[in-house]
Amino acid sequence: MSQALKLSETLASAPIKAQARDVKVFYGAKQALAGINIDIPEHHVTSLIGPSGCGKTTFLRCINRMNDIIDGCRVEGSITIDGVEINSKSQDVVQLRARVGMVFQKPNPFPKSIYENVAYGPRIHGMAASKTDMDQIVIDSLTRAGLINEVKDRLDSPGTGLSGGQQQRLCIARAIAVKPELILMDEPCSALDPIATARVEELIDELRTRFTIVIVTHSMQQAARVSQQTAFFHMGELVEAGPTEQIFTNPKDPRTQAYITGRIG
Amino acid sequence: MTDSPAGSSLDTKAAAYAALLRKRYGAETRFRLYGILATATALFFLGAMLISIIVIGHSAFRQTFMKLDIFFDPQVISANGKTDLNTLRTADYSALVKSSLRELFPAVKDRREQRQLFGLISRGAEDSLREQVMANPGLIGSKSEVWLMASDDMDLFIKGDITRDMPEAERQLSNLQMDWAGQIAARDDAELRFNTAFLTTGDSREPETAGIWGAVTGSFYTLVVTMVLSFPIGIMAALYLQEFAPKNTITELIEVNINNLAAVPSIVFGLLGLAVFLNFLQMPRSAPLVGGIVLALMTLPTIIIAARAAILAIPPSIREAALAVGASPMQTALHHVIPLAAPGMMTGAILGMARALGETAPLLMIGMVAFIADVPEGIFDPATVLPVQIYLWADSPERAFVAKMAAGIMVLLTFLIVMNLIAVLLRRRFEQKW
Repeated sequence: MSQALKLSETLASAPIKAQARDVKVFYGAKQALAGINIDIPEHHVTSLIGPSGCGKTTFLRCINRMNDIIDGCRVEGSITIDGVEINSKSQDVVQLRARVGMVFQKPNPFPKSIYENVAYGPRIHGMAASKTDMDQIVIDSLTRAGLINEVKDRLDSPGTGLSGGQQQRLCIARAIAVKPELILMDEPCSALDPIATARVEELIDELRTRFTIVIVTHSMQQAARVSQQTAFFHMGELVEAGPTEQIFTNPKDPRTQAYITGRIG
Repeated sequence: MTDSPAGSSLDTKAAAYAALLRKRYGAETRFRLYGILATATALFFLGAMLISIIVIGHSAFRQTFMKLDIFFDPQVISANGKTDLNTLRTADYSALVKSSLRELFPAVKDRREQRQLFGLISRGAEDSLREQVMANPGLIGSKSEVWLMASDDMDLFIKGDITRDMPEAERQLSNLQMDWAGQIAARDDAELRFNTAFLTTGDSREPETAGIWGAVTGSFYTLVVTMVLSFPIGIMAALYLQEFAPKNTITELIEVNINNLAAVPSIVFGLLGLAVFLNFLQMPRSAPLVGGIVLALMTLPTIIIAARAAILAIPPSIREAALAVGASPMQTALHHVIPLAAPGMMTGAILGMARALGETAPLLMIGMVAFIADVPEGIFDPATVLPVQIYLWADSPERAFVAKMAAGIMVLLTFLIVMNLIAVLLRRRFEQKW
């Protein structure tokens, strides 16, 4: 915690990786997000907390435009990464998603081999010139995801044969193999047991040095453990965002106060 | 104390519960019994159908052959002494058969009786002799024992399907013919052999020389055309509609219409084929090409619906995973959705093909019902298909065609079973991957 506290102090000085201004999302006629404004600091972990249905996952999916594939979903407002608007027509979605990786709530490895799971992204983006390059990328990614020791002897066995926690780390390896700048995590530990959760949380902290991470979580303890910045969403609004320890110790908004003390949620 | 009333109320509760339980068990048992009865009934009818087909049809796989002493008379085969191919081909081999039969029954002098005598041997016999002589001209002038195909009526007599109990007017063999046939049989000069001709030749007016092979090849060419057209079109349409098309009124309308098309009677597709492909586009009549196109139109909705169901069954999480690592929608479809949906797509396609294989009505409309004796050699040759062949035989007056028809059904069912088996195996194989 002390490390997190110290890091929070660097928040103010950290460069802004991504910026959301007045982001509104509609599912058909229903408005899911009402004007979100937030800055995501580089090389820090930002956690999005809030009760179910508050719009935190919807906002997360705006950052790599995964909402595009949902029929009837409309996104308004501006999101920039490194100052470049991602909602503009000129932004190629495939390229954006190569820069912004994503890990989902339920581990979703491809029904292919462990090797193929990790190699798929780099292959379609032409990131490896040769088989040795690809092997290197796969080994590196699995190492960074802390999975290499468990799978190095069975890279050709199916990824779906791993345990839940291993599958989730495989999905993280798959995301980082493409060398993204931002990684979005949508409740990555909700389907995992406490030991696997601890393992993934440790991993998130290690990954922060290379990537900028935005994580959606239901667990306030997890938000406190892994993030330096916390944003509280409630009923489609961003109620409050700030350094994690400030949100948890000294929230400004009464709704945040009510949520972290367990009165709403 | 209030013990006893409370106890008795408990007892009545327990008794009521026991009664309820008995009722529930009874209902459960009856329900299962109905299920068993339904299954048994279905199996009984299926079994009865299969057994009756086999009982009627099995005899078509055997054919009576008669032993005759044939003198390959040089005077008859080539009066001028030439043995070139043309002379050999056009010679009157039936004369050889007739003289041999005359020798066998020298007492038969009357012309009408002689004609009856010649009716015991198949007209296919002279073709068999022609083939033998052309393959080996050295036979000319020699005399040898030859086994020749008996006529359909003689065949029925040997198989025991014609007996003397029947009134003479109602059976195909006259009393005289039955006498001769009985004498031949008594001398062991007639025997049943495996009927290879049935499996290797095309249709014929003579039941004993009629074969299923023409219809099998016709069905094969037709199905090839059907598959080549309907599989890629169906898969592409399903993939587009399911994965790429926007969900709006137009696509909804298309979807409703595809479902409606699947329920359109097949003869309507035949009428469409007649109007468009034969009359307007002037495509060849009776050709597997047109039959295949018509059947492809008929199977398309089935394939599209099956393929869409298979695609729909792929969990969205796989698509999200692929999109999230930066795969384009097409890459997502080609690398992830199609391989996973392939078993379902293929099962649907093969079942559609099986349905096309058994289809008769639309093919009647485009002329595939014509009598075609030659085995087709391509998709433009006139041809018929298995179910139409069965229909044609069922429609023929000769009694021997009844067995042919049932045997044809056996061949058709075999192909259907094989196709369904392939569907099951493909499904297993591709699903076993993980």
